[in-house]
Amino acid sequence: MLPFMLVAPQIAVTLVFFMWPAAQALYQSFLIQDAFGFKTEFVWFENFQILWADPYYTASFKRTALFSIAVAGLAMSSALVLAAMVDRIIKGVMAYQTMLIWPYAVAPVIAGALWVFMFDPTLGIFAYALNTIGYDWNYKLNGDQAMALVVISATWKQIAYNFLFFVAAIHSIPKSLIEAAAIDGAGPMRRFWTIIFPLITPTTFFLLVVNIVYAFFDTFGIIHAITQGGPAKATEILVYKVYNDGFIGLDLGGSAAQSVILMAIVIVITVIQFRYIERKVEY
Amino acid sequence: MIENRPFITVLAHFTLILGVFIVAFPIWITFVAATHEAVRMTQVPLPLLPGDQFFVNLKTVLFEGVGGSGAVPVWLMMFNSLIMAMLIALGKITISLLSAFAIVYFRFPFRMGFFWMIFITLMLPVEVRIMPTFEVVSNLGMLNSYWGMTVPLIASATATFMFRQVFLTIPDEMLEAARVDGAGPMRFFWDILIPLSRTNIAALFVILFIYGWNQYLWPLLITTDSGYFTVVMGIKQMLESAEQSPVWNLIMMTALLAMLPPIIVVLSMQKMFVRGLTETEK
Repeated sequence: MLPFMLVAPQIAVTLVFFMWPAAQALYQSFLIQDAFGFKTEFVWFENFQILWADPYYTASFKRTALFSIAVAGLAMSSALVLAAMVDRIIKGVMAYQTMLIWPYAVAPVIAGALWVFMFDPTLGIFAYALNTIGYDWNYKLNGDQAMALVVISATWKQIAYNFLFFVAAIHSIPKSLIEAAAIDGAGPMRRFWTIIFPLITPTTFFLLVVNIVYAFFDTFGIIHAITQGGPAKATEILVYKVYNDGFIGLDLGGSAAQSVILMAIVIVITVIQFRYIERKVEY
Repeated sequence: MIENRPFITVLAHFTLILGVFIVAFPIWITFVAATHEAVRMTQVPLPLLPGDQFFVNLKTVLFEGVGGSGAVPVWLMMFNSLIMAMLIALGKITISLLSAFAIVYFRFPFRMGFFWMIFITLMLPVEVRIMPTFEVVSNLGMLNSYWGMTVPLIASATATFMFRQVFLTIPDEMLEAARVDGAGPMRFFWDILIPLSRTNIAALFVILFIYGWNQYLWPLLITTDSGYFTVVMGIKQMLESAEQSPVWNLIMMTALLAMLPPIIVVLSMQKMFVRGLTETEK
């Protein structure tokens, strides 16, 4: 009996708050409720068909893809540059690392609040600077600017994480390889692209997956604080749409169908992570 | 390898300083805003250097809150955040330690079934199952309570896997020695496994405390009683009221207070933090 009692708390929480709700989402995604909530009908895949035919949903899908590629690309490339630079210096490594890692601890919605404040169209310090040089900045009206602002905020928060992993990866490359290349006359740039960069590929792939998951799911707070999906849905990514359609729009079937699609995406990403990446990464 | 290329060294420092500047600038602006009067915060351009109202604002925010009468004082929000973060971190660590112990040291029916069930929680982040989970919590009468804010989040596949890895590295001789000395399973757990995984527990605690403190969507959904608002949620409500009365000095003071505890945890336990981050992601 003892082993069952030991796993019981974890399994109870898993069953009640994970499995059961997930099953509910799946079940509800097959139901459509009439406008007054009197009658519920089992409709098989009609909710999914409606979603795929809905231009707002497909647009949100594309927007999420664009958003996560932009965040992953920016956060990873800037972190890699910083990590490569830290590798070059001898003095002050810890000081730089300390100064670079703490945005990890800032909650997404707080990060959003900081950037809203700096880019507020009437008051923000950057908005003022942009308007002074003649650039018409108003993210509350301009969808592209709103997107740029959420991408920058989300990137700002994620650099710390990527930086730590890149530093660890570069640090674990045997120094003899780099010295051998140096003796053969390869300059710093050449050594970076032909030795360091290929050798940290496992970490790069791993971070790519983590960053995409981050952009898909953990950026809710940032978007909720900065744009609420606006203007005109320009920043409404999938996670935000599930929340919006379910809790604000009260379209239960549609929201459940979206949840199911998101679960499918997470499952695919998790499988990729464990199948193809786990084995190649050496820690 | 020491290489004498002064230009590159200068370039490296320059890039890093630029990076630090970009990362730190938003925080500096927040700090500056928190030190001025409300009136100064409506005059463009906003200041870049701190004013002298820091303690006045701090007092207002902590004990009166933001948004006029009926506002929740920030000390109460911070208290709620602390309770939530501690319950989530300790809860996750406790139930993961217990289930990892069961899975590694016992042979019992459905062992692998349980293992996979825990694994699956990895694939169901709260964001994708918000509606049905909300219904479950509301049916259980857990809305507006600390339990409702924390229990649905404390299942943890990553923590369970991490403790499983740690337990697997503990040599069997330890177990045998304990058994020879007449220790039962729980005694072995308390007196050998827990002390041996102390550093892992500490590292995990740092990560989970930050995770718990920064929870946003979940408490936002299940608390309507302002007595349970957390400080991370509070910011969002202040931003909404900022449309009418932009008291940015107080809002930014609250933001500063909201990020202080997790930043202190990261900076004071930096080694543990880095370790926890890299280990849980294995």
